[in-house]
Amino acid sequence: MIDQLVHLLGYSFVQNMLVAGVLVAVVAGLVSRFVVARSMSFAVHALAEVGFTGSVGFLLLGLSPVLGLLTGSMVTALVIGGMGLRIRERDSVVGLVMAFGLGLGVLFLSLYNRYATEAIALLFGAITSVSSGDLVLLVVVAIVTIAGLGIMYRPLTFATVDPVVAEARGVPVRLISILFLLLLAAAVAEAVQVVGVLLILTLLITPGATAERLTAHPGQATLVSVVIALLATEGGIVLALMTSEPVSFFVTTIAFFCYVSARLVEPVTDRLRAARGQ
Amino acid sequence: MNADDNRHAPAPAHAPAPAHAPAPAAADNRAPDEEPAMCFDRATLAYGDRVVWSELSMTVPQGEFLAVLGPNGSGKTSLLRALLGLTPLAGGALDVLGKPPRRGNPDIGYVPQHAGFDRDVPLRGRDLVGLGVNGHRWGFGRLSRADKMRVETALDDVQARRYADAPIGRLSGGEQQRLRIAQALVGNPRLLLCDEPLASLDMRYQQEITELIGDWSRQRRGTVVFVTHDVNPVLSYASRVVFVVDGRWAAGRTDDVLTTETMSGLYQAPVEVLRVKGRIVVVGEASGAGLDLDEPHHFPAPTGGHGAHVDRGGHA
Repeated sequence: MIDQLVHLLGYSFVQNMLVAGVLVAVVAGLVSRFVVARSMSFAVHALAEVGFTGSVGFLLLGLSPVLGLLTGSMVTALVIGGMGLRIRERDSVVGLVMAFGLGLGVLFLSLYNRYATEAIALLFGAITSVSSGDLVLLVVVAIVTIAGLGIMYRPLTFATVDPVVAEARGVPVRLISILFLLLLAAAVAEAVQVVGVLLILTLLITPGATAERLTAHPGQATLVSVVIALLATEGGIVLALMTSEPVSFFVTTIAFFCYVSARLVEPVTDRLRAARGQ
Repeated sequence: MNADDNRHAPAPAHAPAPAHAPAPAAADNRAPDEEPAMCFDRATLAYGDRVVWSELSMTVPQGEFLAVLGPNGSGKTSLLRALLGLTPLAGGALDVLGKPPRRGNPDIGYVPQHAGFDRDVPLRGRDLVGLGVNGHRWGFGRLSRADKMRVETALDDVQARRYADAPIGRLSGGEQQRLRIAQALVGNPRLLLCDEPLASLDMRYQQEITELIGDWSRQRRGTVVFVTHDVNPVLSYASRVVFVVDGRWAAGRTDDVLTTETMSGLYQAPVEVLRVKGRIVVVGEASGAGLDLDEPHHFPAPTGGHGAHVDRGGHA
């Protein structure tokens, strides 16, 4: 198996895949912290599924499915952001937008007469099938997303953990919500490449949720989240190369075990904290 | 902010400014040319057609402690939102520290109702106070050494250093509110707005939090606007009161507003303000008069429990 891995590492497409994996993991790890803190799992799901519709639509037109995915999730982000951001209405708005989007996806799939390999790949993730042109797009999107998060990191944190005071202090809370939805849409389009539409939550929820269990320090939590996303993504790719089993399976499994381990050590960290008088 | 607060006030449109308490006595401890902390001039606030309060005129000099009283839904929170520049007036004018209200005014600190952080939120008390320094600024926002010093000083001022590194969701309500005050004061504001900061705290914490805010006001000559449902804990600090009922209002020195005549005019029903054993109790004929006093309001005498004598000199 190791021989097989070393052999494969010589190929440029494998190297590209690992590089893309790093970018995806950094984006997912950063964004995941805020997805968890803002309770946006459902929105992630909707962005990914309507993104799927977008990519099938683009396949129909003979365009890049990755670009279609990005377009689909971005449009969804704008619709959700425009229709409702208050917690109470957000849930139903996300649900109904997702249902409509997926309905369109069903239509596109039936119109797309060819054997839908590429569409299926999007559902379960197929980083191996990403073309070099798409890879460039992914790199650009990752850089823009990371830069965007860097610019709004502080007010986004404020608006997330303490929205009432943030608003009183002049943070444009509504604008931040919409900007974050757009960043989230980009992150979804990235992560779908690795784990697919159906397993998207593994990269956009698990790292952040695990980090929350391990530390109360916000900076450390962000770092831990990124590290877990990296571990799951790169570990998943390497294991898949060694065994020829699907990447998604390994990514979801590693992420899940990280979370379970964090839950198991939590009582210990709590006790340590109590011992230090905190 | 608490939108419920404005839900059920069937405010009559253009209620005439009623029940004017005597105009606040000018120039007690003010510097001669200092701008007032806030100046409402026939200010009206409305959401769509619904008028929350109208033609409010009141000037509060700096260094005063203004208690904002009234039943639920009378627009107390809206008054804070107007001062913060979050809700524009429907009519009239408002100046805050000599200028029209604007969002993100660094001269204003804000303490919200205690809402309780989620147990697992990855945030320490220290981080909450840090957000008060630069949470509104774009960027990644690492605190400079000077900013970190300010956070430490603010933590010390509210005696919260001991639990500053604990996850904030695991602290008691009183501890969280202390950190809230540190967060509001770390920016060195001149005006501190507090929206029911005592709600859902037990008596001991209510007293501690009130003392922190009141002492800050006295020591720094900072102005406090304190929205409260239960006035018991604050009246030994409150030099002024604005009482809002159904769009009507009365503003002035505490002793001038909390009188039988003023309060009866405000509720448009016979209300008696009694001074009993060092406390002021407002009693309404709830039945028949259509009066909803919400809960009985008990006002301790501003002199701090030394009988019914009312000190007309104010307490600023």
